[in-house]
Order: sequence, then C-alpha cells, then structure tokens
Amino acid sequence: MIPELGHFALIIAFAISIVQSIVPLIGAAKNDSALISMARPAALTQFLFVGLAYAALTQAFIVHDFSVLYVSRHSNLVQPLMYRISGVWGSHEGSLLLWSLILSLWTIAVAIYSRNLPEILMARVLAVMAMISTGFLAFMLFTSNPFERIFPAPLDGSELNPLLQDPGLIIHPPMLYMGYVGFSVAFAFAVAALLGGKLDATWARWSRPWTTIAWSFLTFGIALGSWWAYNELGWGGWWFWDPVENASFMPWLVGTALIHSLASTEKRGVFKSWTVLLAILAFSLSLLGTFIVRSGVLVSVHAFATDPARGVFILAFLVVVIGGSLGLYAWRSATVVSYGRFTWFSKETALLLNNIIFLTAATAVFVGTMYPLVVDAFGIGKISVGRPYFDTMFSFVAIPLLILLGVGPAVRWKGDNVARIAKVSIFFFIISLVIGLLLPFLIEDKLNVATGLGFAGALWVALTTLKELFERISKKLKLSLSYIGMVVAHLGIAVFVVGVTTTVTYSEEKDLRMVPGSSYNISGYEFRFQGVRKVNGPNYIADEAVIEVWRGGEKSGDLLPQKRIYSGKGNPMTDASIDKTLFRDLYAALGEELEGGAWSMRVYYKPMIRWIWLGTLFMTFGGLLAVSDKRYRQKAKRKSARSLEPVSEATGNA
Amino acid sequence: MNKRSRRKVLVIGVLFGVTVAAVLGLTAFQENLLYFYSPTQVIAGEAPENHSFRIGGLVVDGTVNRKPDSLDVQFDLTDNTETVTVQYTGILPDLFREGQGIVAMGSLQPGGLFIAEEVLAKHDENYMPPEVADALKASEEAAKQKMQ
Repeated sequence: MIPELGHFALIIAFAISIVQSIVPLIGAAKNDSALISMARPAALTQFLFVGLAYAALTQAFIVHDFSVLYVSRHSNLVQPLMYRISGVWGSHEGSLLLWSLILSLWTIAVAIYSRNLPEILMARVLAVMAMISTGFLAFMLFTSNPFERIFPAPLDGSELNPLLQDPGLIIHPPMLYMGYVGFSVAFAFAVAALLGGKLDATWARWSRPWTTIAWSFLTFGIALGSWWAYNELGWGGWWFWDPVENASFMPWLVGTALIHSLASTEKRGVFKSWTVLLAILAFSLSLLGTFIVRSGVLVSVHAFATDPARGVFILAFLVVVIGGSLGLYAWRSATVVSYGRFTWFSKETALLLNNIIFLTAATAVFVGTMYPLVVDAFGIGKISVGRPYFDTMFSFVAIPLLILLGVGPAVRWKGDNVARIAKVSIFFFIISLVIGLLLPFLIEDKLNVATGLGFAGALWVALTTLKELFERISKKLKLSLSYIGMVVAHLGIAVFVVGVTTTVTYSEEKDLRMVPGSSYNISGYEFRFQGVRKVNGPNYIADEAVIEVWRGGEKSGDLLPQKRIYSGKGNPMTDASIDKTLFRDLYAALGEELEGGAWSMRVYYKPMIRWIWLGTLFMTFGGLLAVSDKRYRQKAKRKSARSLEPVSEATGNA
Repeated sequence: MNKRSRRKVLVIGVLFGVTVAAVLGLTAFQENLLYFYSPTQVIAGEAPENHSFRIGGLVVDGTVNRKPDSLDVQFDLTDNTETVTVQYTGILPDLFREGQGIVAMGSLQPGGLFIAEEVLAKHDENYMPPEVADALKASEEAAKQKMQ
C-alpha cells in the first residue's frame, strides 16, 4: 500500500511540476500577479509530494518490503539499518529520486530565502527549476520507477553493492547531488534573467551566494568520494581520473570559474554575458555528469546501471536543456552590455585569467573523458585515455594558476600599479622558489625540480595570502566574512598542493607475499605479519590479517586488513586497514591465500595524504564563510531591482 | 583601457590559453591513448608491439598459474576463438576468477606473451566489461559465418 502511495505522490508531484513550469511564466509574460503568485505554493506542494515519495521508499527499505523490486535488489534481511536507509540512493532509480528531492529542496530554499526578489523574477526562477524537475520526474515515472512491484515477493532480497556499504558513501552521494543540483539555482537565475531580457548586476548579487554554497557542497562531495575510494577500493590512491570522478570534477572546475566570474559581475558589472554562459555551462555539465554515471555507457566501477532506453531519454533531456538555454543565450545575450572599465593590470583581468585557466582544465578533462565515448559511439574502435594524460595536463595548468593565486587577490579593481605589487611579490616569489627547491634536498638529498616547484607553489600561495591578510589587519581594515572565506579557501589550495606533492613523490608501496611470522620494512616501519583469523560481521564473514607495526624497537600499532565475503551474492571485497596520522598513513590491504600458508598483501607508506582532504575541507569551509557574509542579507533587504551602482573599491575588498 | 583594447586582451588571452592547452593536450593525449584489442585481433597481429594497449576476454578455466615463491601469475585470456597468455605480478582484483571477464592493460612481448601492468575486473558479478562483451559477440558472429 505505502509503495503505491509513494508512486502516486510522484505522479502528483509530476503534475504540479508541469503547472509550476508553465503558469508562472505566462503570468510573468502577461504581468498577471495572480498567476505569478502561484509559483511559491506550487514549489512547496511539489516538495511535499516528492518528500512523501522519498519517505515511502525509505520506509519500504526499513521494513524489508521485498515486493518492491528496487528494495529486493538492494537490501536483504541482515543488512544494517543505516545501509538500508542509504540503500535508497544505492542505485539508479533511488538516486534519481534523491536528485528530485534535492532539486525541490533547493527550489523551496530559493522560494523561502529570496523573499525580497522581484516577484516576476522569482516566478521565472521557480518555473525554470520546475522544468528541470519535470524532466527528472518524467524520467523516473516512465523509465525508472523505484516503486515497481514484483510478484511473488522474494523471501529475502539481494544486497546493496558491498562497495557502497561504507560510512563515507552514506553521505557522499547526497553531498555531491547538493552540489550538482545546487548549480541549477544559478542556471535558473541565468535563464530567468535572459527570459526577462534584464540582465543587470543585481542578478549576480542574488545568484552569487547560491552558487557559492552549491560549490561548497560539490567540493565536499568530491572530497568524500576521493576519501571513500582511498579507504574502500584498496588501491591506496585518492584520485583515479575515472570517468565518473571526472563527471563530478568538470562541473566543479566550471563552477569554480563561475564563482570568480560572479565576483567581477557583482562588484564591477563586467563579464555579464560570460557569467551567464558559465552558469549554463556549469549546470549542463552537472546534467552530463548524471548522464555519464547513470546510463552505464562507461567502463567504470560506478556504472551499475545499464539500460539504453534511459540513455536516450537523458540524452534528449540534455539536448533540450543545453540546446534550449544556449539558444536563449544566443538570442538574448547580444542585448547585454557590460559597462565597467578596467585596465590590463586589475582584479578584473586576474579573475578573467582564473576563468581561462579553469576552463582550460575543464576542457582537458572533457576531451579525455568524452573522446573515448564518441569514438566508441561511431564504432571506430575502443580506446581509453591513460592517467598520465590528465596528470600532465594538470601539472601544467597548476603552474599559472598558483602564480596567479599569489598575485590576483592583492590587485585592486579597475587598475593597479604594477610596481606596487611587484615590489612585495618578487621577494616572496624568490623566497618560495628557493625554499621549495631546497626542500627535496633536505628530505632526500637529491634534486627534484617537479617536487620542488610543488612546494614552492604552495609556499607562494600561503605566504602571499597571509601577507595580504596581515596587511589588512595592521591597517585596521574591516575584514568581511567573504574576504576571510576567500583566504581560507586559498590557503586550502596551498594545503592541498603540499599534500599532493608529498604523497606523489614520497609514497612507498609494495605488493608482498608473506608467510605468518615474516616481516617487511617500509620507510622505517616494520610490518610483522602474525597470521590470519576468521571474523564474522553482521552481513559478511571475513579473513582478517593481523599485522603488527613496529618502529625503532617499539610497537606502534596493529593493522587489521580484511577480505570479506558478503552473504548476499558471495562477492569478495577487500577492506583495507589504515593507520592514520596527520603526517603519514600506513596502509595494508589483504590479497588472497597462496601456497604454503602465505598471503599476498599490499602495504603502503603515504606521507601527508591527509593534507589533500584537509585542503578540500578548507575550501569547503571557505565557501561557507563567504556565504555567511551579512552583506548578502542586507542587500537582499534592499527592495527593487535597481541596477548596480559603481562600488567604491579603494581597498580592493573582494 | 578602452573597450577595443580590452577586447583585444581578452581575445589574446583566450587564444593563448587555447593554444597552450591544445599543444600540450594533443601531445599528452596521443601518448596516452590506449586502444582495446580482443585476443583474436592480437593473434591476427593488429595490436601494436611497442605501445601499451588493453586486452579483454574471459579467464580460461584451469589456466591460472601462480609461481610458488613470488607474486607472479599467468593465465590465459580468450574470446572463445583465440587465446592470449597474460602475465602479471602483484595482487589480482577481488573479482578476478576463472571464467570471469577481465580487462588487462600492458604490452605484448615478441613471443606473444602479454605482460600486464594492471588487471581490472568489474565489481558487479552480473556485469561484463562492455568491451569484453562486444569482443565475445564479434568472435561468436565470426564463428557463425565460418560455419555457413
């Protein structure tokens, strides 16, 4: 009964979303306030019904209703409660439902928190978001109904993919979707502004906090995915350039360009149509990401669903959304005039360079990810692009980006004096370069230019960012939350670069064949293999190796890697054991039993790998700080859609 | 800076970025393209000799052979028409099993032995790597045509 109610709720939500995407637009065109005012209640009711459907599916998981096909495929009687709740988004149908739920969540957030938006603009924004929602609800109802029944109902279900049974993966998809779908707000604002033909800088002021918060979620979501892969996949890496990872990374790169471009548009009224284009692009890539992950077209551990009919639907949906918005852009953007003036050496130029770098990076990822798909689609052959391609591209993109990062924030709006900046910058530049290049000598006694440049880059970013901060403090300038947010996020880049550089250069790994009682030395740590014992988990049995780790004659801990067999399908799965500290990780993964009581096993020493995720946390936190800036609330209170007055920016506040 | 020269800066900037990206990208891209070949194509000599590529097929039952004192392992990979022997050193993925579809990345030795640097098996038991599925289908169709 309850699953039918859930299905019914979805149908009602679908009907409401159609109304919500048409009526307010007609109202906006005819300036009919009765029709315009329908947008908000429609958004609220839609959220209510999508939420109801979501609750119904969750309930089916909790009570083991195996007559629901989706539940029977992704849970069983012994699956722990938290993995039944997260099982809702463990596969295709349910993750679409989560997508829709989050979309309607963002929609009502806009409806509630942007009460001071002009009613017509609000109506258009909510209508555009409803159009996206209509597409996803239709997709679910016509091709991927999560409430489909099976008869007779099996006594027990299959299982949630064991790889997904990890605490990190409970929150990874919701966070990632919050980011993906969050870009729909910026997209809806952009399309609404194009529809209205009035693209002033107030538009940027309204969509900026929404974009930044979506970006923070996406940053956190991607970091969680990387963290999960490191913990769970047993390969000891943190990023694999897997197409599914790239699918989330492309919107992040364009989104990063967007939040910087929005700063120019809001503060100075420049790059307006460019910013609109980026907003369209960021959301289009989010949709493409969904398409890539959920159509099963890729050779990837994430592509659990394989169904061409769904692929065709998403492809058509993509064409309508991307084609439609770009068409609208081509038609309307010619009327948009940017009037801010600036010289070549100004914050505007720096932000523009930032955009060029990030779009170059996004293009590199796009080509590497999509080219094999296109080649395959045309039947020319089956190819894949190796990791070194991406690594090379990003090493080269990183150099101008890090250099820019040390200069850009210090440069003033409109124009600045080159000598003023150069005087301090050159000093820091040389210091960073010397110390950075010396560090590999101190660590390993040999020259390593690439590593040295990595350290130098991180140092340069950290020093220049902090110097600017202290200068503002000593001049007793007011530090806004959005400025502090920027400082924190940029310091995050430095922390991230230190982590990546150290881990890539100084990690040690070894595949071993070990008999109980034997030991192996890696980077000063002695791994003593004691033996293997059987362990019973709630829904798996495991072989667990006991490895004592010794250092300098003292025992520093135990590593207990497992090889699990899950009861559902009998799939084996490696569960790595990791000894974590801020400055190094020790990592052991258990292979299989070999002849003579020996086991194959993989051990790693990973210095400073934690800094990679620490850096991304800095970035996430920086984004959240920037959004908390009270200036957004104050400005929202100012009524009317006045166009931007030139902001006096003598101090170059960002 | 007036509008025209500002636009000039923009255009030059974009052109510069695009050129750098294109040159770097195409070089790195070409060096790292990995083609996929089925065992039949490898035996027919279609695969390159001095360049890495990927090969996929089913692991032949009873051919997985481990050296007793190291992590060296050898196994045969088939598309049901031809068979190629693969050698790998290290830990095989969780779902590596006899009869299972796998993809290996590596290069071909002059004697016809494939030395794998990486072995991938899918993490869903019902799920065959798409390349392997296609290779099996192609080999099956070729066999049918021969019989007719």
